[in-house]
Amino acid sequence: MRSLVLAVALFLFWLALSGHYTPFLLTVGVLCVALTVFVASRMFIVDDEGQPMELLLAAPTYWAWLYVEIAKSAVTVTRIILDPKLPISPTFTRVRASQKTSAGLATYANSITLTPGTITTGVSDDILTVHAIIREGADDLEAGGMDKRVRQFEGDT
Amino acid sequence: MEVIADAISWVLIALGSFFLVSGAIGLIRMPDVYTRMHAASVIDTLGAMLLILGLVFQAGFSLLALKLLFVIALLFFFGPVASHALAQAALHAGIEPLLAEDRRGRDVPGGDEPEPDGKQEGVPST
Repeated sequence: MRSLVLAVALFLFWLALSGHYTPFLLTVGVLCVALTVFVASRMFIVDDEGQPMELLLAAPTYWAWLYVEIAKSAVTVTRIILDPKLPISPTFTRVRASQKTSAGLATYANSITLTPGTITTGVSDDILTVHAIIREGADDLEAGGMDKRVRQFEGDT
Repeated sequence: MEVIADAISWVLIALGSFFLVSGAIGLIRMPDVYTRMHAASVIDTLGAMLLILGLVFQAGFSLLALKLLFVIALLFFFGPVASHALAQAALHAGIEPLLAEDRRGRDVPGGDEPEPDGKQEGVPST
C-alpha cells in the first residue's frame, strides 16, 4: 500500500517535470518509477518514517498555518533588523516535544527552524534545544502552542 | 486579467525583494553567527517564497508554475535541515553564542525522565 502511494506520487512528479506525453517517455517513466520503488523497498526506507503518507491529508492545512506563522515571525525579525537600536536578546532554551512519531518530531523541529527567529540546534530524545533571537521567541515555544499544533497534525494514531 | 496578474506579481516580487534586502542588512548588523542565521532565515523563507510566488503569477497556469512551486517545496524541506546542520556545526566547533539569557539548564515541564545537567545539551553525543 505504502509502495503504491509512493509509486503514484513519483509518477505524478515525473509527469509534472517532463511535460512531454509520448508513449515512449511514459513507458520510460513507468520503468523508472518501478525501479525506484523496488530499490527503495530493498533499502527498507518505505516505512512510516521514510514515507509518512498518513500525514498527506493533514499536510495542506498544517502548511497554511505554518506559513502564516513564518510570515508573522519574519516581519518581527525584519523589524528587529531595521530597528536602529537592534533590540536583540539571544536566548538558549530547552523545550519538550510531545510528538509520538519520529516524523512528527522531525516536523516540529524543522518547523521551529523554519520560523525566522528560532533555530533548533539539538535533539536528544524528546528535548529540543532552541536558540531564539529574542526572549519572546523562547517564551512562545515554552508555552507550547506550536507543539500542540504539530501533535494535532500528526493525529492520534 | 493580464494586468491584474502582473500587478499581483509585481507586488509579490517587490515585497520578496524587500525581505531579501533586509535579511542581507541583518546578516551584516547581527553580532554573532547564531543571530546572523536568524537574519538569513528571513531570506530563505518569506523573501524567497514571495519572490517565487510572484514568478508563479508571471508564469500563469502552466507546468512552469508547478515547477516553481516545487522550488518552494524544496526550500521548505531542505532550508531548515541546512540551518540546523550549520547551527550544530557552530556549536560543535565551540563557538560560544552571545546570550542575553541562558535557559539551557532549566527544568522542562511535562516529562518523566530525569533531567541531564543541560550544560552540553546543544552538542549531540554522536
